[in-house]
Amino acid sequence: MSGTPSRLEKILTQGHLAVTSECGPPRGSDPEAITKKADMIKAHVDAINITDNQTSVTRLCSLAACIHLKLKGVEPVLQMVTRDRNRIALQSDILGASSFDIHNILCLSGDHQQFGDNPKAQNVFDLDSIHLIQTVKQMRDEGKFLGGDDINRPPKMFIGAAANPFADPFEIRVPRLAKKVAAGVEFIQTQCIYNLDRFEEWMKQARDRGLHKKVFILAGLTPLKSAGMAKYMRNRVPGMDVPEEVVKRMSGVPKEEQAREGIKICVESIQRLKEVEGVSGFHIMAIEWEEMVPEIVEKGGLYPRPEAG
Amino acid sequence: MIVAGKKPIEEIIEQVEPFSSILVAGCNECVTVCEAGGKKEVGVIASALRMYFMNQGKEVKIDEITFERQCDREFLEELRDRADRYDAILSLACGAGVQFMAETYPSLPVFPGVNTSFIGVTEQRGLWTERCQGCGDCILGRTAGICPISRCAKRLLNGPCGGSTKGKCEINKELDCAWQLIIERLKELGRLEDYEKIIPIKDWSCERAGGPRKVVREDVIL
Repeated sequence: MSGTPSRLEKILTQGHLAVTSECGPPRGSDPEAITKKADMIKAHVDAINITDNQTSVTRLCSLAACIHLKLKGVEPVLQMVTRDRNRIALQSDILGASSFDIHNILCLSGDHQQFGDNPKAQNVFDLDSIHLIQTVKQMRDEGKFLGGDDINRPPKMFIGAAANPFADPFEIRVPRLAKKVAAGVEFIQTQCIYNLDRFEEWMKQARDRGLHKKVFILAGLTPLKSAGMAKYMRNRVPGMDVPEEVVKRMSGVPKEEQAREGIKICVESIQRLKEVEGVSGFHIMAIEWEEMVPEIVEKGGLYPRPEAG
Repeated sequence: MIVAGKKPIEEIIEQVEPFSSILVAGCNECVTVCEAGGKKEVGVIASALRMYFMNQGKEVKIDEITFERQCDREFLEELRDRADRYDAILSLACGAGVQFMAETYPSLPVFPGVNTSFIGVTEQRGLWTERCQGCGDCILGRTAGICPISRCAKRLLNGPCGGSTKGKCEINKELDCAWQLIIERLKELGRLEDYEKIIPIKDWSCERAGGPRKVVREDVIL
């Protein structure tokens, strides 16, 4: 590994199961919207991702939100999508983040702008997510910009990316992970896992290629709030695999108990996935439900969080 | 070929309304094949304009012509001796043709009669789809003959993204995921291992980003 000052990296290299979560910035400029969410969960997670205009809806920028966390002593993971910025802006923002000693980055391509509040916008995609991984790595390890010039005080960032074990075509899901590893990725946060069998099959294929020894894989989990949400995720969210049995289980309990059932499923998933070789931690995405993260982490047996030495 | 779509007749009328002698000019190349700006469409649009002006009680001369090509000066010159009969030209050629017409007849206002869209193919009559964005640095040799720049909504050089579902793109269930097609074709060619070769960061200076482009061939210049 790269030996950056990242707390997340230290926890992972010391062999602990890491726990990350994420917060979506507000659709306005009130910083409290971020810091309040962070306060709810900071004792229970090692780092908090800040999403970058997720689903292409315009929000307070990821970098500024990360700075708010950093100033409070919370470790941020800067999510960065290549949809909205070219290589000049991306490199510039990486330096900006580094100037605040933000030490984690998650390299993404980003949802298509059609899903957001500006479907008539131009998209950039000067780089893709694999190129962004390469860019951060080059800036950090070689101390050079993409253009070849030297960087004064290069960024020290632990490099992450996403992986979706459930998207199609399934046969290249692991080769795609291998591609990201070859590009230089050091940790992976997966798409939300509801189909544990399929995830375990993906993990097995990753182990067969030894990828679990080259990259830390954090299993992504999102607690379901209701049967309606389960159906919505199954039917409407691209690349999401919610098996029928999960929908049935959620629908099988009275409405007022469904949220509880969703938490239960999430905790059971943690318990099962902890045993899977190659799972290095969990990324808990409780969408607009951040207050549940502490309970999930505690019941999942992941609390207290280790000190990063 | 260049594929163009029809412009709404209301928009066409709005452009040419102030004029009293209008030439509707088609092109016998791409826009004829995609049935947007050939001789047939020239006739249809000219008739619609005549009808409109007649209903308005306005006397407007509408003539028709279809050039062999509007992207070649020698064909555009055919109009030279009678260009002064018109006070506006409605060109049904692609954007290149419209502009070349305007350059050839600088004193005449020229208006576009179609919406030029992309470089593509005829899948079947009435269905044209995009295949190329003229990026100036072709990578089809690395992507099994399927272009991710023109056919992936995010033009990912190392796709597919997580939104690829059952072979379709996240933005539209009717749209094939270009990377699914690439992977299937690599498999068919027995080259699936090529999928893991990272396509490097692209030099976009050969495409639109680098400014208006030109191809110069000293060897064929007369």
